[in-house]
Amino acid sequence: MRIDVRNVSKRFQDFRALERVSLTVNDGELVALLGPSGSGKTTLLRCISGLDFPDAGEILFDGDDASSSHVRDRKVGFVFQHYALFRHMTVFENVAFGLRVKKRAERPTPDVIKERVSTLLRLVQIEQLGGRYPSQLSGGQRQRVALARALAIEPRVLLLDEPFGALDAKVRKELRRWLRRLHSDLKLTSVFVTHDQEEALELADRVVVMGAGRIEQVGTPTEVYDRPASPFVFEFLGNANRIPCMVENGHAILDGIPFARHTAPRIGDGPAIAFVRPHDLEIVSDVRALPATIRHVTAAGPVAKVEMALDGLQAMVEAEIPRSSEHLPDLVVGAKVNVVAREARVFSANAAPPPAAGPAA
Amino acid sequence: MARGFFSSIRKPSVLPGFGPALGFALFYLSLIVLIPLAGVFWKSAQLGWHDFVLAAFSPRALAAYRLTLVASLSAAIVNSVFGLLVAWVLTRYRFPGRRIIDGLVDLPFALPTAVAGISLSALFSSNNGWLGKPLMDWLGWKVAYTPSGVFIALVFIGLPFVVRTLQPVLEDMEPEAEEAASSLGATRLQTFVRVLFPALGPALLTGFALAFARALGEYGSVIFIAGNLPMKSEIVPLLIMIQLAQFKVGAAAAIAAVMLVASFALLLLINILQRWAYRRSSADA
Repeated sequence: MRIDVRNVSKRFQDFRALERVSLTVNDGELVALLGPSGSGKTTLLRCISGLDFPDAGEILFDGDDASSSHVRDRKVGFVFQHYALFRHMTVFENVAFGLRVKKRAERPTPDVIKERVSTLLRLVQIEQLGGRYPSQLSGGQRQRVALARALAIEPRVLLLDEPFGALDAKVRKELRRWLRRLHSDLKLTSVFVTHDQEEALELADRVVVMGAGRIEQVGTPTEVYDRPASPFVFEFLGNANRIPCMVENGHAILDGIPFARHTAPRIGDGPAIAFVRPHDLEIVSDVRALPATIRHVTAAGPVAKVEMALDGLQAMVEAEIPRSSEHLPDLVVGAKVNVVAREARVFSANAAPPPAAGPAA
Repeated sequence: MARGFFSSIRKPSVLPGFGPALGFALFYLSLIVLIPLAGVFWKSAQLGWHDFVLAAFSPRALAAYRLTLVASLSAAIVNSVFGLLVAWVLTRYRFPGRRIIDGLVDLPFALPTAVAGISLSALFSSNNGWLGKPLMDWLGWKVAYTPSGVFIALVFIGLPFVVRTLQPVLEDMEPEAEEAASSLGATRLQTFVRVLFPALGPALLTGFALAFARALGEYGSVIFIAGNLPMKSEIVPLLIMIQLAQFKVGAAAAIAAVMLVASFALLLLINILQRWAYRRSSADA
């Protein structure tokens, strides 16, 4: 099913949770709503589900206005952050709940319910746990029950609020892959909320980056990571070095030294902020490149993390150098080095922030 | 031997002082509860079987048992229903004056029972009571100085027990479970019956048991409104008082003993029900 969100606004007292948000989720798509806390992502999800109602704007399911219909009638599968399982019911009864509360005319017979619940438990790989109570399950198992319960009503859309937020790192990774597979099997239009950029980039077909009640950027994981539309998106997705500089003829320049091999997008001359990913910062032998002094080195894992102060700049920058780099032995605290950015994304310091929505230039 | 006995009932635990704590608890319980209660049985046993039956199962005593049990049970049931409603309103909605209403709930705890009894009998008097007169004129229902009066007084004193037991449980309950139920297609009624009510069950039973137990023993507020007609509106505690006033200590003890056994049996039953309900809904089994 296709979801259209049109100019939706929502306030809680003085707090603007959503400001004229518009978004389209295509049939069968898996979309991530990504943003820091307070960015309005959960509010948007709740408005789509019908658990909250927007103050203005409309929400369309397959072109039909669903804005005023009750959550009961929307046929959305909602998976809560803390699962919200019914504690006094067994796993089986939890999953069967949606079928048992159907109107008498639509309610399946007990045999059919039993069959359907078993199928669902098999789908989420906990068929042997049907007789347990939620308190007897691990976090990952509860998450699977919550999912099976939501799927039982054959929802038109699956909505997940921070689905892996309460799980430890290992289980989270496992469940993430499993959810990805499940989605490609079921082809159910799905939206999930997360503040974890890694989760959003790994799992989603498209990522919606939100900040302060607005959509900052919508795009595939590659698009939002490689071509962030705003400083906000750049800083939110992965680590970023923020370097105040000048732009002249399309080159990012600091202290008269062009420090980026590639500068994008093309903006007018003047003061700007350049964003450089740590893995795009390279230590070179060229003495004409930007000078820096090493402050700290962490050499563990596949890359060495090198913190340094750019000479003539207050800010520290971080570089990730492959452990195999020929320069590595020379990288000790206090050493003078020269650095070059493979790629810098620049945003004018004068101009208004770039348009809030739409793909990057 | 003693060592063997204690180590067999005692599971290994990091909490220190099992022996002294259990010892003191039993000693205290004996002093405050068991010895006085044992006194009741001892006194009534002195009567001899024939006199015991005569005193404890006289028609007047039987009528008093019936009134006390029926009025207490129905008051506790009514309190469970409306106490749940009050607790629900106090925890789930925010409105001006909420704190005042919250404070009012405790008044039946704090008010001297005689004051409550006198006010209630004035209020429900069918001659000129603010509530009693309309009830008499329109419905022909005489409240004060009848068994209905007993019931009203017991409802009044029992309410806080139900509200105060349910409130913390309701506050703890995540609204998400209700949201989950409605997203799965449940109506408000289905959500209440299938999700909220079972989760509240154990606490509701506790509140019910407390209100019921309090009502069984209530004296002060009831005697003013009941009218105290033997065989009609006389409660057990009053009958005991009357026996004592006539220096029939043995007869008073006999009636008390019957009442004690009956109450204990009922409370035990409620307790078992509660354990069963709690096990079904327990969060950390």
